[in-house]
Amino acid sequence: MSEIKADATLDLRGVMCPINFVKTKLKLEAMEAGQVLELTLDSGEPIQNVPKSIKDEGHTIVEVKKEDGYFRLKIQKS
Amino acid sequence: MTDHFIEDKTNKVEVGLSGLDGKVNFNDLKSGGFIKQRQKDLFAVRLRCPGGKLSTKKLVEISKIADKYSKKGVVHFSFRQSLEILYVDYKEFKNIVAELEKIGQKVASCGPRVRVPTACGGCEYNPNGLTDTQKMAEMVDHKFFGTPTPHKFKTSFSGCPIDCARTKEMDLGFQGVVEPEWSEPECTGCTICEQACKEDAIVSDEETGKPIFDAKMCLYCGDCIRACPTGAWKAKRYGHIVRIGGKHGRHPVEAAPVCEFLPDEKVPEAIQKTIEWYNANARRGERITTALKRVGLGSYLAFMGDTYKMEKPFTDMGTLKLKAE
Repeated sequence: MSEIKADATLDLRGVMCPINFVKTKLKLEAMEAGQVLELTLDSGEPIQNVPKSIKDEGHTIVEVKKEDGYFRLKIQKS
Repeated sequence: MTDHFIEDKTNKVEVGLSGLDGKVNFNDLKSGGFIKQRQKDLFAVRLRCPGGKLSTKKLVEISKIADKYSKKGVVHFSFRQSLEILYVDYKEFKNIVAELEKIGQKVASCGPRVRVPTACGGCEYNPNGLTDTQKMAEMVDHKFFGTPTPHKFKTSFSGCPIDCARTKEMDLGFQGVVEPEWSEPECTGCTICEQACKEDAIVSDEETGKPIFDAKMCLYCGDCIRACPTGAWKAKRYGHIVRIGGKHGRHPVEAAPVCEFLPDEKVPEAIQKTIEWYNANARRGERITTALKRVGLGSYLAFMGDTYKMEKPFTDMGTLKLKAE
């Protein structure tokens, strides 16, 4: 899988639902359409919920990498 | 003078109310949605709010009427989502009904008949919603409300397996489901679906990360579909799990699932036929769960015939308290 360059990053490890999604939303709002945000999310509840909400908002998850105990997601702003 | 709303037409239980020539039959009153309070002469007036939904305009009008007729100026949200205007004097029944009628608000009912259906928010605005529960509740209210049955007959609609509308406790409950379908070309093996699935129905292949799906574990909630970043998980079909014979009260019974993916358009038929079976098989005053235990779930399923016919065989998804003989 080719690396997609991220324009911004947000480490949400240790941040609970739904604060992690709110922070993601605020970060994305400050970005331009088409830009990519790299998100770090804990396994468990955060990875169960946040991707769904990102999709509901119309953004695209362009890359997902599983690490040990957490996930790295790249999101392209719609 | 006898008020026609509380005119005594039967020889059933009679209770005299002061200030009246006639007597009041409380069973008749209950059928009209008037529920006797502890306080002398005062009643709760139960409104008919299918799915617990009201327009703000109507709510404002109801609020004015409630303010005028409730001696204490209070309303109560009933356990079945309808608004009850408390502390209404029975002598005002005719007036309050007429005023409610003017704003298009009907009074509900109690007693042995099809009750106002309850429903969650459903797919219209709830992210988890899989079926349009509000639309279904409206349809059931319109088509079946008040139909006489041997005892009360409660229906509800939940939009997803979280089952906020408690379909497992209804005489006949409908819970939204979606069957997921995986398409390999779109899958990148990201394993998010494995994480998203709360039922361990999806395990990711250790090599490729691609999902291995166990249908027996699946509750059909659609979390995998919603979480999948690439659209590899798709909705194959939507429908309702149908549950029968549930109740709460002193002796709760968990409803038995009898159909897995009943499409929207078959819901009216399912209700119609269930009422027919209930009326034909139950004794007066008997809930459908008791009738099912006495007569057998098999009799009911045979009567329902093709209505519950499904593409794939039924898998047991709950505690089956009512096994078909």
